[in-house]
Amino acid sequence: MEIELRRIEKHFGPVHANRDISVTFHEGRIVGILGENGAGKSTLMKILSGFQPADSGEILIDGRTIDYTGPTAAIANGIGMLQQDPLDVGAFTVLENFIYGGGDGITLQRKQAEAALRELTARFGFELDPYQPIDNLLIAERQQLEIIRLLALGVKTLILDEPTTGISAEQKLILFQALRRLAHDEGMIILLVSHKLEDVIDLCDEVMVLRAGLLIGDMQMPSADENLTSAVIADVKQALVTMMFGEELEAQSRGEIEMGSPVLEVEQLVVHDLRLDMQPISMTARAGEVIGLAGLGGSGQELFMRACARLQRVTGGALRFNGGNALSLSYRQLFHRGCIFGAAGRLEEGLIAGLTLTEHTALVADDNLRIDWKDMQKRTISRIDQYRVKGRATDQIEQLSGGNQQRVLMGLLPDNPKLLILEQPTRGLDVDSARWIWTQLLERCQQGTAIIFNSSDLEELVTYSDRIFVFYVGSVYEVPDANDTSIDELGFLIGGEFARA
Amino acid sequence: MNNPRALAINIIFLLIPIVISLIFAALLVGAVGRDPLEVVDALWKGAFKDSRKLGGVVNFWIPLTLVSIGLVVTFRAGLWNIGVEGQMMMGAIFASWGAQFIPLGENLAPLLQLLLIAIAALGGMFWGFVVGVLKIRLGVNEIFGGVALNALVNVISIYLISGPWQPRIGGSAQGTEPFPKAALLPEFSNTFPVNIFMIALVFAAFAIVLLMLNGTRWGLNLKAVGVNMRSALLLGVAIERTSMSAFLACGALAGIAGSYRVLFTFDNLRPLASGGIGFLGLLVVLLLSIRLLWVPLITFAFAAILTGSTRLQIAPSLKLDSSLAGVLQGTLVLAVILFQGVHEVFFPNTLSEEDAES
Ligand SMILES: Nc1ncnc2c1ncn2[C@@H]1O[C@H](COP(=O)(O)OP(=O)(O)OP(=O)(O)O)[C@@H](O)[C@H]1O
Ligand SMILES: [Mg+2]
Repeated sequence: MEIELRRIEKHFGPVHANRDISVTFHEGRIVGILGENGAGKSTLMKILSGFQPADSGEILIDGRTIDYTGPTAAIANGIGMLQQDPLDVGAFTVLENFIYGGGDGITLQRKQAEAALRELTARFGFELDPYQPIDNLLIAERQQLEIIRLLALGVKTLILDEPTTGISAEQKLILFQALRRLAHDEGMIILLVSHKLEDVIDLCDEVMVLRAGLLIGDMQMPSADENLTSAVIADVKQALVTMMFGEELEAQSRGEIEMGSPVLEVEQLVVHDLRLDMQPISMTARAGEVIGLAGLGGSGQELFMRACARLQRVTGGALRFNGGNALSLSYRQLFHRGCIFGAAGRLEEGLIAGLTLTEHTALVADDNLRIDWKDMQKRTISRIDQYRVKGRATDQIEQLSGGNQQRVLMGLLPDNPKLLILEQPTRGLDVDSARWIWTQLLERCQQGTAIIFNSSDLEELVTYSDRIFVFYVGSVYEVPDANDTSIDELGFLIGGEFARA
Repeated sequence: MNNPRALAINIIFLLIPIVISLIFAALLVGAVGRDPLEVVDALWKGAFKDSRKLGGVVNFWIPLTLVSIGLVVTFRAGLWNIGVEGQMMMGAIFASWGAQFIPLGENLAPLLQLLLIAIAALGGMFWGFVVGVLKIRLGVNEIFGGVALNALVNVISIYLISGPWQPRIGGSAQGTEPFPKAALLPEFSNTFPVNIFMIALVFAAFAIVLLMLNGTRWGLNLKAVGVNMRSALLLGVAIERTSMSAFLACGALAGIAGSYRVLFTFDNLRPLASGGIGFLGLLVVLLLSIRLLWVPLITFAFAAILTGSTRLQIAPSLKLDSSLAGVLQGTLVLAVILFQGVHEVFFPNTLSEEDAES
């Protein structure tokens, strides 16, 4: 199979999301699609997978022009896509989702479907329980299910839009192995949209780079057989960054921040959860301190952060915020005392689809009954400037690209909170934006804000944390000084190998 | 809606179900051998023949519009306030209590009436509050809670009518004794029997809710909670208070509507005094997919059709039962739901809940 895009154009109102893009994808190749936030990557991929039509241009498969009307037709032509934000499917089990999502291609016979599901999961080393409700799955598992579903439908080209945000290193390894097999052994085309350059270098055979809707270049990646020393990787990374942003980025490191009095004190806190046996946790976050939480997705760090914000039930221990008992407060009361929780979910949790950027500003503004829309508009525009959001004040939030939604979310945080509890604060951000967000966050720390955050990006944890707590199936291991650890060591720790540290 | 195409499509999808149900009703009328045009004529005469008839339409329009405005508020917060019918009834009961037991004489009649309306609003709010507590504290879906409370308030009203409040002579389940004249809302005139103050109140409620929904934090909070409660919580919105305020606002308006039924339409408390107007309000709001701006107009059309339909029986050449209006309504509901689906599937980009900005 060979796919050719010819002169693809796409506008959203005044936004020119794809400009005259022509490119060919060859069989058996893993291609990385790179570009800053809002460059038009998701747009192009959605056009290719039938989720939205191009304004003009052609799609050719094996030299034949095809003209499809929606994702189902694209799948029939062998092209399937994993969306950037996985769709909610509610109470179905894995097997039911597999069956009903299967269209006509898959028999409705439960037994056969289950056998097919088990066969495919085994082949790729995935672990999916057919009888788990989808709601209980981790993001990584939902992805695995979606990949298997698409494969069962006979897809020959697989598009993944930021599949590695929010999944653990181990799950990523499994995913990448599966993708390599699909491309190199079975001749599929894999298109990977990602902001994680290490991943791209590791996995992809070649990359193409978009900037402001234009295809501005491509590059071959060193193959896995070559000796990938860290120096080589760093060079390739630098080259990619230069291509994406038109300039080199300096290495960022954080300066010393003086720490103040304790903001959050956690003592032998027992977080309630049915699936995980959570051990009592103790930690203190002081003003100006950045505490990073590491761990595979679902190891308890998410629950712990929610418990600290009073969004998750606690069955024992003590929690003090600013010296006062926080267990007697609701999240909203904590919120008004300066403890802010930022969720990773964006459109599911954090932002409100259907509301414009201005309405979001008004929602977090002061509590005046009357809303001065003019003023709100002005504030929104200045935030858009400050946070370099690609979007307009009157846009509804879901019209923004994933990374720009994240910027808006960060822009909505109050100016001087006492404590920020952030789930994956740079999820989906390009390298430049991620640095920039951290500059903003560290500035707040200078003013005395404490930050607790989690990330699946070990480099981010090591770079920005003062201390790191590693979660492993509900137990916690503390790295007292983040300067004393390395990405490799952290990698062992999150796998539960505390002894090696 | 700043986009004219979207506006046009929205209006078309508002009109299609109305036209379709009218055609269906006409076919039905034709099938039983009557002339549809004559039916229209009878409906028209029944609603607008003279100012008395028009008064009848307005008297139906007042409570219907009040509950519909209230329901726009609960819908905006993502709540299905089926309990609105019971909230009306509770308002009626509260007003009836006041009408019987507040010792204010003829010379203080306006004060008494104001007081009764206020008490009725409290009654409706009380019943809305119960739905809210069930929903927010105990997690009982507001639809189930509402249905149960509707049934409960009906039982209460029947108990009151046939028990403590039964007429001294000839007590039955028909209704309480007529209230003292001071408690009853005055008619504007013999030829135009409506209560002017209530009309003013409807327009005031309309204007206030319209302004509140679009210009205040409260309105924005409602919208945020209605679309995504988790996100609203994380952005610092008091979600429970917001949901509760929606129930209270709707309850107050429904309560006032209930008081109008017992203090003007009737002159005493009877079983089912709310007369299904709350449910009709749900239909109106569903029909408009919560565009508040259109509410007074559509409620007026509904009121006219329903009031006019009483003439179907009387008109000598027709002898149709007035329940034809019910058939019309039923078809309308189905057509609306059907075409809302069509609208969502084929023109998703034109869907809009906004009204005031346009
Ligand atoms: N449905 C839409 N309506 C209006 N504008 C849109 C819509 N979808 C995308 N855009 C705009 O098109 C541009 C490209 O968006 P796209 O989602 O393709 O970016 P992206 O490269 O995937 O960015 P990210 O890395 O942040 O996900 C952005 O400026 C975005 O605001
Ligand atoms: Mg994207």
